[in-house]
Amino acid sequence: MAESVETQAAHHEDAHGHHGEMSFVSKYVFSTDHKVIAMQYLFTGMAMALIGGFMAYAFRMQLAFPGEAVPGYGIVSAANYNALVTNHGTIMIFWVAMPVLIAAFGNFLIPLMCGCDDMVFPKINRLSYQIFLLSAVVLISSFFVEGGGFGGAWTAYPPLSAKAEYSLTKLGSSIWLVAVALEFIAFLLGGINFVTTAMNSRAPGMKLYDIPIVVWMIVVASILFMVSVGPLIAGAFMLLFDQTLGTQFYDPDGAGDPLLWQHLFWFFGHPEVYVVLLPALGIVAEVITTFSRKKLFAYRTVLYTTFGTGVLSFTVWAHHQFVAGIDPRMANIFTLTTLLISVPIAELCFVYIATLFGGSIRLTTPMLWALAFIAEFLIGGVTGIFLGASGSDIYLHDTYFVLAHFHYTFYPIAIIGTFAGITYWYPKMFGRMLNETLGKIHFWGSVISFNVIFIPLFVLGIAGQHRRIFDYRNFPELALPQYQDLRILATFALLVMLAFQVVFLYNFFMSLFKGEKAGNNPWKANTLEWTVPSPPPHGNFAEMPTVYRGPYEYSTPGRDEDYWPQNVPN
Amino acid sequence: MSESEHHHPNYVKIWAILVVLLVVSVLGPELGIRSVTLFTAFGIAIIKAYMVAKNFMHVSVEPRFVTYLLMTAVLFVVLFFAGTAPDVMNAEGTNWEKSSWLAAEASAPAEAENHH
Amino acid sequence: MRPIANTRSVTGIPTGRLAVWWIIVSEIVIFGGLLGSYVMYRLAHDSWANQAAHTNTMAGAFNTLVLLTSSLSAVLAHKAASEGDGKKAAKLLGATICGGAVFLTVKAFEWTHEISIGYTITSNTFWSFYYTAAGLHGLHVIAGMIIMGIVAKDAAKGRELHRVELIGLYWHFVDLVWIFLFPLLYIAK
Repeated sequence: MAESVETQAAHHEDAHGHHGEMSFVSKYVFSTDHKVIAMQYLFTGMAMALIGGFMAYAFRMQLAFPGEAVPGYGIVSAANYNALVTNHGTIMIFWVAMPVLIAAFGNFLIPLMCGCDDMVFPKINRLSYQIFLLSAVVLISSFFVEGGGFGGAWTAYPPLSAKAEYSLTKLGSSIWLVAVALEFIAFLLGGINFVTTAMNSRAPGMKLYDIPIVVWMIVVASILFMVSVGPLIAGAFMLLFDQTLGTQFYDPDGAGDPLLWQHLFWFFGHPEVYVVLLPALGIVAEVITTFSRKKLFAYRTVLYTTFGTGVLSFTVWAHHQFVAGIDPRMANIFTLTTLLISVPIAELCFVYIATLFGGSIRLTTPMLWALAFIAEFLIGGVTGIFLGASGSDIYLHDTYFVLAHFHYTFYPIAIIGTFAGITYWYPKMFGRMLNETLGKIHFWGSVISFNVIFIPLFVLGIAGQHRRIFDYRNFPELALPQYQDLRILATFALLVMLAFQVVFLYNFFMSLFKGEKAGNNPWKANTLEWTVPSPPPHGNFAEMPTVYRGPYEYSTPGRDEDYWPQNVPN
Repeated sequence: MSESEHHHPNYVKIWAILVVLLVVSVLGPELGIRSVTLFTAFGIAIIKAYMVAKNFMHVSVEPRFVTYLLMTAVLFVVLFFAGTAPDVMNAEGTNWEKSSWLAAEASAPAEAENHH
Repeated sequence: MRPIANTRSVTGIPTGRLAVWWIIVSEIVIFGGLLGSYVMYRLAHDSWANQAAHTNTMAGAFNTLVLLTSSLSAVLAHKAASEGDGKKAAKLLGATICGGAVFLTVKAFEWTHEISIGYTITSNTFWSFYYTAAGLHGLHVIAGMIIMGIVAKDAAKGRELHRVELIGLYWHFVDLVWIFLFPLLYIAK
């Protein structure tokens, strides 16, 4: 583990400072330019993804071959296993999905798509990234203190997280909590920038219904984050005091209640799913319209659905707690709202399919990712119905079914959605095209192996495999060969998936130098970022643009070209 | 960015009203009637908050959506409270009880009387 | 250098003010979550009245007066700034900072006394909330004073006068939080 973290850190420095000139430092390290900050978020997120992926590798190897030394890691002890699982979840959500989907794409796209020269508060934007980077360093440092990293699951339920005699790492759990709190502060600062820029600084002529869907979705996601994270920040203070000072906020031995933390956590934790889902849905909307050369089906409906999803996402949180001893009458209400929220998301999927219908579809790499997003997320959504209904959830709770469901929602969001975005905007970010063949190899390898990892886990979950067990040999009825074979299959598929990421990294870094020059508008898309050079210069627009129409005017009858950029008068 | 279009009310007068309200909220519990105390404590806090928001923060001259934003944030806090309180405020359920909690409350009312 | 984006105002209110409103929105839910948790516990524990009886209502009331007065000087500073009088605005902001300092001093004496007679953050969950909520609020007071000092320094030279209003908005919000903390922690006994 130690080795891997250090390699990552070295990588990271390499990405930022290998020329070592002062001008380079001020241009790429302490820049206030929104595009540079977006790249900083993107590369930090990618580095953290490698760390999180390595953790998945270590604990999946332990599950497939229990007790054997994992190559590159060593023997996985029970405490190691818990720390790996906990930090895999924490890193992938807070240090990969959030920085890449919201911060990287938000930073890159919002000013460009809204026709601005930068964010409204560039220095606060830079501060946001610096706090985020600090939080990542703090999190990684938790692995090197006495007792090791925090192992109480990413949900950090007390008393497991609150008392050192249970968590076994007093300092590790406090550092983990501080890192998460710092990360929240970074995203609050970033979110205020995003929302204010999109609300107040749009180009002249850009009305509410002319804003690209991806901008809308990132803004709504930022608002959801801002409104939901507050109680958890307060709760984190309380948990920190329980850990370090010995207060009893969550301890029924005093006057406290551990359920309070669960509510505080999930009041944030469930909207958080939509915080990362919405930007991914927005990216998919942009890609699908561009590559089917059609207007987005029902723009306004998409918008209202997004708002509806946002509001509904605040009413479903206790479906994570059906077996935690909550009031059964509340469980009824939360079942109902949970089943309701599948309606707007299903509607968005139908909107995207309707957009595809009758279009002239081009199956480029980003388009493949976008289509895979719809297909895979659908499985995630449908399996969620079983868990949202309190009756079946009591059986399935804390099994691998939950885990597989969760990954069928988050893999499409954080990996498939992200790759759709990266492959689509790569030409704009770096001025060169990615290699399509390598891109397609990477796509098929990642998506097929992903399904081979998680379909067996659905089966295992229904068979009753509990998710917190580190060595199944202690449970003879779960260690039967038919189950162990499925575990080994999932682990092999994970290895395959990780191997295919090498193809992506090769493609990504080779194309920076050897890729075909992209030109301003390689995809013939309408939104404003495609009207400027690739990569866009400092200040973005030579002349500040004026907007005349919506972003999805493709194949308009009576025009020579099948696209109609937003800034072209006629 | 000058704000000369702002109408500035008489701030000192508003401050004086706030101070009077403060005095009332301190004197309220002296009557010893629970409902009066609750009103003078929390009713007046809401009135004071409204006055500060309206006059000092100029919410009333901002575009309407600012009020909606603030109300939405308060609404989400209320929503959190409504979803959480039924669980957290329970001291006992079907198969469980918080014994030290119940013990503390059993001895409480008698002591509480001594302070009024 | 200020980006062009910062000078636009599609919603009709200046960018800085819009951002402060969003900060306040996110602060409402932070304090809302903490105070909501406190209220749940408080309603379920009548016995906390015995603990709350030991808080010093007069000190709390005096601090409320201090914060209300400092809000008055903050809004008067905004008025002065909107009339272009940076020097007067800076002086009034200075008065507001003094208000914050008096508030913190009173708190320091209060806490010292309470801790010395044995009411520490761990002695009862009421006191845990008492110190956590007032402490979090105190951190906001300190942050406000620091930012206000920076704004006042600029304002005295007639620069960035619009910031006087922004820091004032934040300060009024801190005042608002205290308006609710005061009855929750001191009056309800």
